[in-house]
Amino acid sequence: MPKHELILLKNMMQPGYAGSLMDYEKAGGYQALKKVLGKVAPTDVTTMVIKSGLRGRGGAGFPTGVKWNFLPKDYQGPKYLCCNADESEPGTFKDRQLMERDPHQVLEGIALACYAIGAETAYIYIRGEFVLGSQILEKAVAEARAAGYLGKNILGTGITVDIWVHRGAGAYICGEETALLESLEGKRGLPRVKPPFPATSGLYGKPTVINNVETLANLPHIVTRGPEWFATIGSPPKSTGTRVFCVSGHVKQPGNYEVPMGVTCRELIFEHAGGMRGNKPLKAFIPGGASAPFLTTDHLDVKLDFESVAQAGSMLGSGGVTVMEEGTDMVWAALRLMEFFHHESCGKCSPCREGSSWLVQTLRRILNKRGRMEDLETLVQLCNNIAGRTVCAFGEAEVAPILSTLKYWRPEYETLIREAEAQRAHELPMAAGRH
Amino acid sequence: MLSEKYKSEIADILSRYPVKRSALLPLLYLAQRETGYITEGAMKEIAGILKLTPPQVYETVTFYTMLNLKPVGKFHLQVCKSIMCALVGSDTLISWLEKKLGIKAGETTKDGLFTLSKVECLGACGTGPMMQINDDYYERLTEEKVDRILADLQRDGTCSLKSGPYMWPEPASNKS
Repeated sequence: MPKHELILLKNMMQPGYAGSLMDYEKAGGYQALKKVLGKVAPTDVTTMVIKSGLRGRGGAGFPTGVKWNFLPKDYQGPKYLCCNADESEPGTFKDRQLMERDPHQVLEGIALACYAIGAETAYIYIRGEFVLGSQILEKAVAEARAAGYLGKNILGTGITVDIWVHRGAGAYICGEETALLESLEGKRGLPRVKPPFPATSGLYGKPTVINNVETLANLPHIVTRGPEWFATIGSPPKSTGTRVFCVSGHVKQPGNYEVPMGVTCRELIFEHAGGMRGNKPLKAFIPGGASAPFLTTDHLDVKLDFESVAQAGSMLGSGGVTVMEEGTDMVWAALRLMEFFHHESCGKCSPCREGSSWLVQTLRRILNKRGRMEDLETLVQLCNNIAGRTVCAFGEAEVAPILSTLKYWRPEYETLIREAEAQRAHELPMAAGRH
Repeated sequence: MLSEKYKSEIADILSRYPVKRSALLPLLYLAQRETGYITEGAMKEIAGILKLTPPQVYETVTFYTMLNLKPVGKFHLQVCKSIMCALVGSDTLISWLEKKLGIKAGETTKDGLFTLSKVECLGACGTGPMMQINDDYYERLTEEKVDRILADLQRDGTCSLKSGPYMWPEPASNKS
């Protein structure tokens, strides 16, 4: 058993807990909704969330309550809440578990957020591949509606919250919040130019908040047990609460582990995830999903909170921790990730659309031992011309694997290139010149 | 015609959105469920229902990898090849499937039963290597499991190895 208290995974760890409405109610579910609906002013709920220090669990880590406060005050028309359940960041698989095992915890969080921001309609945008997850959510919504926790006149308070489950159809970029909105509007998922931000002009041009599944699942607990309690957990003041870290790769026991923010990478990998699967030592790891730069054994004692990971040169991101053992070819690893980003580039901005293709080709050439030393400069130049020159953060994300592997494992690139050069010396000039 | 066969389902979908176009993906899924892929006729019909032009429907369809514009096999095997799965053997999984099915990734078996695709991350990185077959996930795959899945699908059209509500690692009390 873990030595700390579980918050989000607590219910589902109980024997026999199936995530039904009855199970959730027995575990104290929907008490938060009863506590605040019509009794606590919506702005006070927002204040609670700000006080708790809760920050977004989707990747950017923006303070949740502050995000809510960006909505225009006294706006009379419809506002929307979107639950970002796109979970498409490679290495991340926590939201799937939260939705499939304890869907009502997510729904109660959504209802609370809707109450706080004054939205009557929420859409759960779930990645298209999670068919089972969407069915479980639909069933849970129907259960909650029948019990009066959702729909019109919730618990007799006159408040309306309707939740609809909307499936995406296979596009990484739809996890980016404005691409999500475009997709939800039935269009290609191309990120919008910001500003205007979704808080003022979001879904259908109306004020909209987009929050991640895990972020929303925290809300019932913050409301029930108080923001002061939440603010003491983890690594206060800036990284409060727990994170459900998703550990994958070369570890003995991959999976989801909920730990207070601020535990070290070493503790997560070696204590919770059981350590390395074989006898090989750890070589590299990604601390926050595919968009986060690689880290090395030197960073094992870095604390897993927003600031510490950023200081170490990476990011906490979505909480997807991927571990690689000694012997993993880092050029291969960078190429695999780059192939992902090339495939998923939406095509809106030329630096990303064209650059991702060139990066894949250059990396492939190096890995196939046809590279030249100047290719390394080409890679860096390409990366620098993509990052920061695109509409969304995808540009920064896609160059992370290459720049970080070049930073820590440049000799691996150079060895491959030197082998290419040695081979080239034995080739006819024409054949050598082709590559 | 979709609008006759799925009249109430379409009305239900439309009722969820204040703007009709939002119903596009749900309606395209309906069309795909009906014929296995999205036909030109279906796109035209959906355009009519949502008061869009057919190109507006088409431009949306082409953006999303889960929407098929061509027929696929009865069982569409989509193997995750992203790095998390690759670290734990997805390339080997693909080579098993290619050998057992006698096709390359991207192809369909002659009997039209299986289509094999390599895809990017499916969000099951802790339980790789894995694949999605139609609506179901199959995880922590081994060669024995793959044999059983293919045999079961061929014989029964379904396989009990598909994943249920996800939780990994399983809590100690549930372990057998």
